[in-house]
Amino acid sequence: MAEPSSKPNTTVFAPWTDPNAVPLIRFKNVTKRFGDFTAIDDLTLDIYEREFFALLGPSGCGKTTMMRMLAGFENPTDGTIEIGGQDMTGVPPNLRAVNMMFQSYALFPHLSVFDNIAFGLKRSDMPKTEIPDRVNEMLRLTRLEKFAKRKPHQISGGQRQRVALARSLAKAPKLLLLDEPLGALDKKLREETQFELMDIQEKTGTTFVIVTHDQEEAMTVASRVAVMDAGIIKQVDTPAAIYEAPNSVYVADFIGDVNLIEGTASASGEHAYDITYAEGVPPIKVSECTQDVAEGARVTFAIRPEKILVSQTPPEDRANTLEGTIIDIGYLGNLSTYHVELPGGQMVKATMTNSSRISRRDFTWEDKVWLSFRASAGVVLGE
Amino acid sequence: MKRAALILLPYSWLIALFLIPFVIVIKISLSDIALAIPPYTPNLDLSQGWAGIKAFFAQLDFDNFRFLTTDDLYWKAYLSSLRIAVVSTLLTLCVAYPLAYGMARAPDEWRPTLMMLVILPFWSSFLIRVYSWKAILANEGLLNQFLMLIGVIDTPLTILNTNTAVYIGIVYTYLPFMVLPLYSALEKLDGSLLEAAEDLGCTRFQAFWLITFPLSRNGIIAGCFLVFIPVMGEFVIPELLGGSQTLMIGKVLWEEFFSNRDWPVASAVAVLLLAILVVPIVLFQRNEEKQREAEG
Repeated sequence: MAEPSSKPNTTVFAPWTDPNAVPLIRFKNVTKRFGDFTAIDDLTLDIYEREFFALLGPSGCGKTTMMRMLAGFENPTDGTIEIGGQDMTGVPPNLRAVNMMFQSYALFPHLSVFDNIAFGLKRSDMPKTEIPDRVNEMLRLTRLEKFAKRKPHQISGGQRQRVALARSLAKAPKLLLLDEPLGALDKKLREETQFELMDIQEKTGTTFVIVTHDQEEAMTVASRVAVMDAGIIKQVDTPAAIYEAPNSVYVADFIGDVNLIEGTASASGEHAYDITYAEGVPPIKVSECTQDVAEGARVTFAIRPEKILVSQTPPEDRANTLEGTIIDIGYLGNLSTYHVELPGGQMVKATMTNSSRISRRDFTWEDKVWLSFRASAGVVLGE
Repeated sequence: MKRAALILLPYSWLIALFLIPFVIVIKISLSDIALAIPPYTPNLDLSQGWAGIKAFFAQLDFDNFRFLTTDDLYWKAYLSSLRIAVVSTLLTLCVAYPLAYGMARAPDEWRPTLMMLVILPFWSSFLIRVYSWKAILANEGLLNQFLMLIGVIDTPLTILNTNTAVYIGIVYTYLPFMVLPLYSALEKLDGSLLEAAEDLGCTRFQAFWLITFPLSRNGIIAGCFLVFIPVMGEFVIPELLGGSQTLMIGKVLWEEFFSNRDWPVASAVAVLLLAILVVPIVLFQRNEEKQREAEG
């Protein structure tokens, strides 16, 4: 496993906040159509050097098309893509300082691990005598020294994944594209490999763009995440911002678990609203809103289950306390998820850490409980 | 037990339809020519018991094989067959590879149709198809008429009854045997491998040469053997399309059997042909096995 870096980063890595930073990749109004189907719809996006950028979305959202356009396998129908300030239109894949790690790994079955990694170097202008050193360096980086002579079908899935990574990194590309790189690995290996990827990205200083449909993976590895849907980028931000402050119901719902409560908003102060979601019960008080909504507009209040406290008596320090009945309990070992029905019939999920043994649990089915959360715990999302 | 019974079926098939006839051919090749029916001696006479069997074996000898070495017609025919088989196998490969490549790269919905078109010639008689080449290649045939019509040539080309006609006939006839194994090898090829090669700096041509070609090696080997082995003993095509100078062992075999009625020498020729072909057949088997292991 990767050692955690010995000293914490003192300066936060966030070139996207710096107006003077020059992006490595610029998508400018890029549209890609396949026949009648629009895979990418007028997309503009900047990605900076040394970023670990994740394209996240369901299958068919256009994330793979974006990656293939960066690699040069597809050309945009409209708009331009620049890499390092150069317009890449019409530049074939073999002339781009971009390498790709394929979802299927695409290892050459007739070549040994060593020759697979050396393949790109032999096609570059690197002197022949230096190639073995570079390959050995890559083998060390991915801990594959022992397998250099084996053929791809003689090693395990995890090792194959590392060969694919080593091969795509061997030419020291400006930009590395990873297409669902961990999709074929089992959960435990995947988690390990995520940290390894981050470590390698840091060591090599390469810009990584990763395509994934696994939101946990995107959150773990990426410096920024772009959430995509139907050829459009819904939100680009750091994993924390995407999780805590989604800008739309789609993003809130796509990333993690969320309670979506529909209601009408009325302003109660600066960036603060009361959300009426049912008659005869007090409204939900929300503060520190980032989106402005009109008075009386239909809005969705989104709150993560772990931000809600479940208790037998209403705590006094919380802005919102709602009474409800436990309908269902999902026991996950470390956590329990409580499905609580509010008086209006609204179902709310609340997640609590199981800090005591299950036999000591305070609540059971049909119990009346209090749900409470701070005014800043959730977000208000307009239409 | 069940497995033994299952294996027994193909084995008894092979024994009845290959091994026994072959033993008979070997026996005839060791016999002497005779003006009789059948046209050779000795014949096994079991009515005389053990003495008869002894006398039978005493009369068998290798004279016919010795005879084959005295007349240079035979080894020239073997060599000529070998040359024609090698050249036509390579020609077939050159024609079949782009064909199979195109089929494997064709859109999915087209592939069954293309496959069908490759197999379609088998629906008509092999003899008729070779005969129709006579009509195409003859001096006043379709090809010459066409070439003279468009003004490429003034006098007809002599193709029929030359080795060229034999090559054309062989390439045409054996093309499907080359195309099918090549197609199945090329079709399996994962397109992302070529993309990966391009991504790593190859041009399209380099990607073909470094990835597609080596990965279709097994198909190439299989196809070459499937063409080479039967062409070695080919008789009909050189007989119908070749001329007097086209020397092939299959033709010699035919003439010994039917024109000379010298069954023993003809059998010796056949046994020697098989002995020569055993080498490529064994190599072919080994390739198939290796491939199965690699895929296993």
